[in-house]
Amino acid sequence: MEAFKTVKGVVLPIDRSNIDTDAIIPKQYLKSVARSGFGANLFDEWRYLDHGEPGQEHSNRPINPNFVLNEKRYTGAEVLLARSNFGCGSSREHAVWALRDYGVKVIIASSFADIFFNNCFKNGLLPLVLPEDVIDVLFDSIKDEPGYMLEVDLESQNIITPDGTQHSFDIERFRKYCLVNGFDDIDLTLQHKKDISEFEASHKQRMPWLFEDIS
Amino acid sequence: MNTPRSHSKTLFEKIFDRHVIVTRESGDALLFIDRQLIHDLHYRAFEELQATGRTIRYPDQLFATPDHSVPTTAKKLTDIPQGEMRDTVAGLQGAAERIGFTHFDMTDPRHGIVHVIGPEQGITLPGLTLVCGDSHTSTHGALGCLSFGIGSTEVKHVLATQTLWQRKPRNMRITVDGTLGPGLSAKDIILAIIRHIGAAGGTGYAIEYAGSAIRQLSIEGRMTISNMTIEAGARFGIIAPDDKTLEYVYGRPHAPTGEKWEEAMAYWRTLPSDDTAVFAKEININAAAIEPTVTWGNSPQFCVGISDVIPDPASETDLATRANMESALTYMDLLPGTPINKIEIDRVFIGSCTNSRIEDLRQAAEVFKGRCVVVPTLVVPGSGLVKSEAEREGLDRIFIDAGAQWREPGCSMCVAINGDVLLPGQRCASTSNRNFQGRQGMGSRTHLVSPAMAAAAAVTGRFTDSRQLSR
Repeated sequence: MEAFKTVKGVVLPIDRSNIDTDAIIPKQYLKSVARSGFGANLFDEWRYLDHGEPGQEHSNRPINPNFVLNEKRYTGAEVLLARSNFGCGSSREHAVWALRDYGVKVIIASSFADIFFNNCFKNGLLPLVLPEDVIDVLFDSIKDEPGYMLEVDLESQNIITPDGTQHSFDIERFRKYCLVNGFDDIDLTLQHKKDISEFEASHKQRMPWLFEDIS
Repeated sequence: MNTPRSHSKTLFEKIFDRHVIVTRESGDALLFIDRQLIHDLHYRAFEELQATGRTIRYPDQLFATPDHSVPTTAKKLTDIPQGEMRDTVAGLQGAAERIGFTHFDMTDPRHGIVHVIGPEQGITLPGLTLVCGDSHTSTHGALGCLSFGIGSTEVKHVLATQTLWQRKPRNMRITVDGTLGPGLSAKDIILAIIRHIGAAGGTGYAIEYAGSAIRQLSIEGRMTISNMTIEAGARFGIIAPDDKTLEYVYGRPHAPTGEKWEEAMAYWRTLPSDDTAVFAKEININAAAIEPTVTWGNSPQFCVGISDVIPDPASETDLATRANMESALTYMDLLPGTPINKIEIDRVFIGSCTNSRIEDLRQAAEVFKGRCVVVPTLVVPGSGLVKSEAEREGLDRIFIDAGAQWREPGCSMCVAINGDVLLPGQRCASTSNRNFQGRQGMGSRTHLVSPAMAAAAAVTGRFTDSRQLSR
């Protein structure tokens, strides 16, 4: 996994709560063999006016001019701002892959759905929780300032607005450590190989009915 | 003597604690995962793992079946047209043959939706930890186990290590007391719960369902409740095992037998939450006040009773919720104040891991009997065994005689990637679990209801109180 560096980027504001993973990446892309290239299909049904299919050429599809992502001023956004319960619904990790592939590195919301939140950390995407009143202020600021950028400093756990205001955020220490170093979970877990083997042996004795061959 | 409060545990904590291998300073626990279920969309996990030189730690604890991509008109792999869907189903089968894990393929009578066949085969048992790369894995919690949905990276982590890092969630208890009115079902209860706590009300929590109305439900009804827990934001929806649970599990192919059964049962009897266990949040719901429920928006929390009207966003004080309501009404093409029973529908779908078990089909058939559908109606059983049981009981004849289509098992029009889709603008009464924009096809308009309410909509062409059609 790619290590997370400090991000300073344009903020894309999507003023909605309950943005579900079906909206982030529609189901037809789940059949795709690929695990990359989903950026063109991020928010596919909001972004385009036609129905998209995997493997299609996207450059000539009709664009929905009313969807915020299609506004020129948000081109190249690396930070996404939304409301509560971001990433609810299906566990599809494609939602995170699509966001990352598009170039999003940080999502700021007042809350995240649990499975999506976990999936973010596996792919170097930082889901950052801020209080609703701060989110309100950010939405307001962006409205009035084209090219509005936020700096996200993971090391000091701060976001810094263009006028220098800082908002601190919490992140669980181990998750931060993995993001900063780009660590792969399986390798870290296998450092506990001995613990796992010992647990297995005693677990099989305590719950033998789980490990029986099927008649 | 009373157990000291500090030692008392919830059902969830008892199972969680028993599976902790090590705990990090940060509080995250490495949990041992007893069983993993795999569906077709995750077939690439195997080759991806093997490409990095890793092996599958416990093929014996892995159970797979294709459900998301299978066309409901296909009986075998070669019935699927060439392309991605077929590659996906074939990919899973290939992995099963190569690695040697249990795989219920399309020709196997036990094939079906992963969350239907897990309990059906006794793969799901009380007290175990079970994961699947699907958010509706919460379903299995109805049997009193710790089951939860995970992403693709975590699927591979479990395949390689049989473990997963988890932060222990807080516990919430939702107690549903009182007697559910006649003609209502578990679907109405869970929709009422989601309406009450909101689509994010359970985020960060493990929910335990309790109360007389939950106890009165069959295990199948309880699965409907646990299944939609994720729609309230919680990954875990757990129900204490009782006599009904043990009776349900007993004799299933993967359930223990003989002395092992006695041993397992003795353990399962210790699982219910201690009387003095502390829940971070307690919610009480009165079952007697629940009506047949219909969703009207693009989040399951937006639902009302059949005798109600579409609510007015103007009366909502929370601005973000108001904006959500407004956007939903535009998308759904509905006006505030419209009576629910005046809304006409174009299609009906009865199926999905929420409502495709035999009891669901019986409830729908009860309404269909002697009537005819007036809109295209799809009935999709949850598994091959559900299908054959329905046919043994003659339910298939009732559906077919009513003019509905009776199909092969699979996820079908719930996730709508197998070719069963709505056309743009079509309005569907659906027994599935999500009414998100575009969920059943681009521009589709989904209203979530119980099987009886879906059948009532199918024979009248609009939302109708199914109790008016009961005999």
